[in-house]
This record gives sequence, structure tokens and C-alpha cells, in this order.
Amino acid sequence: MDKVERRKERLDRGIKVRTEGIYAVSSLQEVSYLVLPRLVLIVGLLILPFLMPNLYWNSVICTVGIYALLALGFDFLAHFVGLVSLGGAFFIGVGGYTAAILNKSLGLSPVFTIPMATLGGAIICTLLLLPALPLRGVYFAIVTLMYPLALKEIIVALNILGGTDGILGVAGFPNIWIEQYLIILIVIFALFGLRRLVNEDIGLVFRGVKDNDQSVRASGLSITLYKAIAVFIASGLGSLGGAYLSHKHMWSGISQFALDFSVLPIAATVIGGGGTLVGPVLGCFFLVPISEFLRAFGTLRIVFYSVILTAFIMFRSEGFMVYAQRKYHQFQRWVKV
Amino acid sequence: MRGDRILQVTEVSKSFGGVQALLNVSFAVHKGEVFGIIGPNGSGKTTLINCITGFIKMDSGKVLYRDKDISNKDPNKIANLGLTRTFQIMRPYYSLPAYKNLVIPLFSPRARKAGGWRGGGKLGDRETVSIDILEEIGFERDSFVPYKLASSLPTGYLKRLELARCLALRPDIILCDEVFSGLSMSEIASMVPLIEKLQMDGITLVMIEHRLRELFRVANRVMVMNFGEKLTEGIPEDVMNDDKVKQAYLGSEKLLDYTFEG
Repeated sequence: MDKVERRKERLDRGIKVRTEGIYAVSSLQEVSYLVLPRLVLIVGLLILPFLMPNLYWNSVICTVGIYALLALGFDFLAHFVGLVSLGGAFFIGVGGYTAAILNKSLGLSPVFTIPMATLGGAIICTLLLLPALPLRGVYFAIVTLMYPLALKEIIVALNILGGTDGILGVAGFPNIWIEQYLIILIVIFALFGLRRLVNEDIGLVFRGVKDNDQSVRASGLSITLYKAIAVFIASGLGSLGGAYLSHKHMWSGISQFALDFSVLPIAATVIGGGGTLVGPVLGCFFLVPISEFLRAFGTLRIVFYSVILTAFIMFRSEGFMVYAQRKYHQFQRWVKV
Repeated sequence: MRGDRILQVTEVSKSFGGVQALLNVSFAVHKGEVFGIIGPNGSGKTTLINCITGFIKMDSGKVLYRDKDISNKDPNKIANLGLTRTFQIMRPYYSLPAYKNLVIPLFSPRARKAGGWRGGGKLGDRETVSIDILEEIGFERDSFVPYKLASSLPTGYLKRLELARCLALRPDIILCDEVFSGLSMSEIASMVPLIEKLQMDGITLVMIEHRLRELFRVANRVMVMNFGEKLTEGIPEDVMNDDKVKQAYLGSEKLLDYTFEG
């Protein structure tokens, strides 16, 4: 007997096809197919603070939120604009210091310093990265990696902005609930805002820059301008996280330029699935708590951490969300060749 | 037929290291004509287009477009003046459907000025306008072709998409870099009327081409290049009877005879 050769065939589910057009509103089933995943995410994020066992874990949520903003920015730049940015630490540091300075020297409350630091930090980061914008790939990544290291050394060497002590006595948040819900709402708005943006016409231009930048120039659009806009958005998200971090810790210092802020968002994007935007956010919600759990192992922590990352890259290199979306939208079956 | 000079190229030179890609090339294109540029491989035709449209900075020379100096300006600024180009090796946005490919040129300042803030003005949003343009260029409106990913389209459609990208900018001139190359005979046959239609719409065309028979059907004047220099210029019949051109294309007549005899 010959062995029957079979292969896997993937087909879109009927309900996926039906929900693509205006017919999505035709029945409750179709509507819930579209709304349910988003609702689960939003509601899940909103009730998360109540599920935490103690204050320490409530505080971890805030950290996760900061990393989620960075991961969103990284995913947006890498998969929709084609700029691989290692500038997480740079954005956090600039935003954090800006908020701390505004708070300490001008006496502004967090209500004003956070938006101002977001905008100001985004402007500063974009201006500093402007000369690097014609670069692509690893060259752009190296420049973004250089800035946090350089700024840290400048602050230490010149002993400005509090030197190694940092800026102490920054105003904090009234209580842990405001602290948590502020960052969760910011993450939700940033996530859905970015998803909306990349499907707008300007988002298509961003994707065009990634796909074929010469063609964008031939279309009469300046690639430097659109790369600058994209970096502005991503660095704005990072600076927002930094400003929030300064107020959360009531302190701003050189550890805000730590490379963790650059590296962890990338790991989260790998685990969550690049190009999905929601994946990196979920990746942060997975990685940061894992890293907290592993604290018990002391210095072995980094070993376990690496094992988890390696396992993901080897067995699920597409990322969790890409896998989940495929399972949700498509079914598989075996067919004879 | 012949109008004012819309494009005037004067003494353009460009060298890449030791290779002289272009040497003092000058020509003028009149409004509304189809101007062909032909020449053997490596004669500098594509480099010439790259220099005119700003994708490569030229070493010396001058390009006047509507009596305005556009030498070495940024490509996007030149495109916004209405001087557009296609690429020989097609450059669509492979990850986007064909009609979304056109949203990007429709987003440019020139197209926005012409079409209002939604891109199409009264005509609708940018996606509606892009489907209209695609239909004009030969994508069947009610088929699935305009909605397919650019990566799954055959060469014939991608060449049309290149032209469509130029049309989205409402151009005055299109510099076509080998629109016929890589196409089957039937695809070429359907492309020629398209070129004629563009000319009738008042668009000036500069065409680099290797398919001489099809080019001579549409071209009013032809320029021949060889080794980065301009050999001659004139109406197609005269040019092809020129000895210098024959030499460039076929090697010298003598050598040819000798080969046959030997």
C-alpha cells in the first residue's frame, strides 16, 4: 500500500469572512465575534488591580504598564515604519528627567508635568534622533542605543541634574489606585489609538516607508518627515512612561537610562508577536511578572529568563498573538495531496 | 503637436568612481510629446532618469522644468512639481493591496491640493479615487484584482501599478523606465493604447525602452545614448538609419559582415 500523503490546509472561518464587511452587524454572533476579544482585553486590564494579592503586586502592574508603552512604541516603529529602535531607555530617561525638573523647579503638579513631559520629551528625542533618520536597520538601532549611555555619562561626569543621586522629592500620586488606573487607561488608549493610526491613510504611508522607501519618495512624500512623525509618536509614548515613572518613584535618576527599558520591550515583542501591537503589551504582562517571580532565585534569575526566551524563539517564534489570531480566524484540516 | 519646452536638460554628467555613467547629456522635451530614450545596456539611460528626478545627485549640469531649476532637488519635491517617474524594477508596496498602494501617492501634498483634504474631494475618499485610477489604468473594477496584495500580482499589473502611482500625483510628465520590459506580447499589445491614451490626456512622456517596435509606434522623437553620451536625436526613422546608432547596437557593419563570411 502506498502511504497517503497529506498536508495541512488552513481556511478562514466563515464567521471571519462574514464579519469583514457591513454584514458584521447582522447578528449577535457576528458582533460578539468582533467585540469579544477586545472586550476581554479591556475588562481584563481594568479588573487586574483587584486581583492582585498585595501592594507589591499592585506596584508591579504599574511597571508592566510602563514597559507596555515602550513595547507598543517599539512594535510600531519596527513593524510599521521599519525603524528598529533600542531607544526605550532614552525615551524613559528624557521623559523622566523632564517631568522631575518641571515638578521640582516650577512646582507643577503631575496633572501638568506628565502631558508636558510627554510632549517635551517627544520633541527632544525626535530632534536628537533627526540626524539618524536616514539610517536604517541596525545602524539606526546603534544610534538609539548610544543616546541613553551617552546622556547617563554626561549627567554623571558634569554632575548636573543631581548627578548620581538624581532628582529627589518629586511629587507622587495620591494613592495606589490612581497610580494603577492611570497607567492602565493610558496603555488601553495608546494601544487602540495606534491600531487605529496604522490603518488610517497616514498609517499606510508609514507602512510604505517600511516596505519601499524609494517608492514613497517617488510618490512625493518626504521619508524623513514621516519617519520623524513616527519617532515622535513612539518617543512620546516612552516619555509618557518615563514621566509616570518619575512620579511613581518620586525620584528621577540615571537608572532611568538603564538598558532594561530598551531590551525588555524587544523580548516582549518577540514573545507577544510583532506587528500585532496587542502582542507586545501581553508580552510585557507575561515577562515582567515572570521576572518578579524569579527574584527568589537570586542571580540565577537571568538564566531562567534566558531559557524561557530561548524556548519561545525556538518553538513559537511567530509570537503568541500571531498564533492566537490564526487559531481564532482560521481552522486547519488535513487534506490528501 | 509641438508645444513649449517643458523639460530642458543641459550638460548633465555623473560618474561613479571611475565609471563615467553620463557625460554632458543635453536634450529638451516639448509639452505633450512622447520622447523615447534608447541605447544598449549600460549606456546610462536609467542613471539619466535618476539624475533628473533627484534620486542620484549629478556631478554637473542643469535640469530646467517649466523654466525652473530643479537640479539636485529632493525626489519628493520634484515629484510634487508634477515630474514623476516609474521604476524599471517595480517598486510597489508588496504588503499592501493594490488599491491601498495608491493611497500613499494620493496622500502627497500635490494630490491633496488637487483633491481636497480627503484626497478625492467631491469624488470620495482616497480609496475610492485609487480604485478609479486603477480602472483607468486597466485593473478591472468589479474583479478581485485591485484588492489583491501587490505581492501576488503578475508583472503586467505591477507595471501598470507603477504608472498608476504616477497618475495619482496628477503629473505633467511621466518618466517611464522600461514599462514594456518583462511583459508578454499580449500584455504589451494592451499597454500601447494606454500610453497613447496618456498622451491624449496631455501628459508628456519620456520613455526609456528596449522594445523598439512598440516604442516607435508611440514616440514622436527619439534620443540614442551609448556609453553615457548622447549619440543622436531625431524622428525614429532617421535615427535608426544613422550609422552611429547601428554601430552602437550591432557593432560595426564591417565586423558584422566579416563574422558572417568567416
